[in-house]
Amino acid sequence: MDWLRSMLTFMPDWMATVTVILVEIVLILLPLLLTVAYYTYAERKVIGYMQARISPNRVGWFGLLQPIADTVKLLTKEVIIPSSANRFLLLLAPVITIGPALAAWAVIPFSATAVLSNINAGLLYIIALTSLGVYGVIIAGWASNSKYAMMGAMRVAAQVVAYELAMGFALVGVLMAAGSLNLGEIVMAQHGGVHHWFVFPLIGLFLVYFISGVAETNRSPFDVAEGESEIVAGFHVEYSGMGFAVFFLAEYANMILISALTTIFFFGGWLSPLEGILPDAVFKAPVIGSLLGGGIHWFVFKTLFFMFLFLWFRATFPRYRYDQIMRLGWKVLIPVTLVWLFGEGVAVALGWKPWL
Amino acid sequence: MTVSIKQYFKSFTLFELLQGLSVTGRHFLKKKITIQYPEEKTPLSPRFRGLHAQRRYPDGEERCIACKLCEAVCPALAITIESEQRDDGTRRTTRYDIDLFKCIYCGFCQEACPVDAIVETDIFEYHFEERGEQIMTKDKLLAIGDLHEKRISANLAADEPYR
Repeated sequence: MDWLRSMLTFMPDWMATVTVILVEIVLILLPLLLTVAYYTYAERKVIGYMQARISPNRVGWFGLLQPIADTVKLLTKEVIIPSSANRFLLLLAPVITIGPALAAWAVIPFSATAVLSNINAGLLYIIALTSLGVYGVIIAGWASNSKYAMMGAMRVAAQVVAYELAMGFALVGVLMAAGSLNLGEIVMAQHGGVHHWFVFPLIGLFLVYFISGVAETNRSPFDVAEGESEIVAGFHVEYSGMGFAVFFLAEYANMILISALTTIFFFGGWLSPLEGILPDAVFKAPVIGSLLGGGIHWFVFKTLFFMFLFLWFRATFPRYRYDQIMRLGWKVLIPVTLVWLFGEGVAVALGWKPWL
Repeated sequence: MTVSIKQYFKSFTLFELLQGLSVTGRHFLKKKITIQYPEEKTPLSPRFRGLHAQRRYPDGEERCIACKLCEAVCPALAITIESEQRDDGTRRTTRYDIDLFKCIYCGFCQEACPVDAIVETDIFEYHFEERGEQIMTKDKLLAIGDLHEKRISANLAADEPYR
């Protein structure tokens, strides 16, 4: 962004800084929101294909305009506020939900240089913000003054608290291996080819992290919060139009966020898997070198793979029963992470570092 | 309540989950079997029982002789017939109504008809826009029959060997 900075020399210093940050925010959020829109399309396509259907193909070429049609429909719909609902909180809840989902992207390193805010406590920031999202859901459930919304919100609360722990513990393992809370440094700690990625020494933590991530975003098979067969749509039953769309947006933004974080923590972020395998000369070649070498395209590619996994899970697994979700969270995932952390701790203490 | 080592191993390697994923993964790449309806259609049997029609003889004379067998056999009481003697001494219907909302498309009227007058065609794409349109009067039935006589006779001929 230095070139933009140099163009803004006519402005006072503070104004130039604010302008550059705003431009960077737009540069991150616009592609993100577009990805969310087409993620919904991809979801319908993938699930349709897995059920041997064709899925949307009427609006535009191969149905590519479907998400736009959906957005227009939701935008023009009336926002209904139930008469006995708490108007202020009902309208505030979607904002509280989407805020953290978007704010968390501030510390994501897309490549070695492309990161909005390269803070040292990046991992803590991520954990804090992903936990904040649940407030919006609980407030939505409470403000709706509807028993189904309330039940959905309570389910989300208990589930997110349970899985937050396993998720945090899994990230402690990453922290121990990388020796830093800075997301960029965590990625750089996995430098040197595919065999240096944390996923191999920390495979158990990776599985725990991803399962917790699916539970954290209330996606199938952990989507009891909106279990259609029991509580209609859970916490957002009473929402229509844009309020509903914002919840939708937040859910998908969170899914993309979890995918991106999995990429960063366990799959080497923007690093190329071919590093250290191919000779150095290949990476210095003009076009092929930048393609095979590290860069934002590897980050996007890996993230897309995990986003696909979310959809694949939804098309495959039946929904968990609520007590089974709790059992899995408290009695399986957390003990597994504890045992794994102990083993990792011993390895660190003995100076035996399999991930280096 | 003892869980064997084997079961532990199975659940911690996510064996069954991966099995499930492989099933959906295979279907992801399979050929899709959807028929895109208005453009593509599934084949119809010549026995298909759709919209009703009344037929005529090749000389233009209507077949129906108002024997009321169809009215008698109709399990849904959808058919109403009134008849009179025509000037040339033959018996003909003055009213032949089928209420398509009552009709269950069983095809008994076609089976009962001694002169092959009332038939069910293989037309299934039709709709009503106003109340009352669902009553198929004699005129409407004859018009359908005139329009689709070729199709009707071809279907009847195709089904003939199996009766």
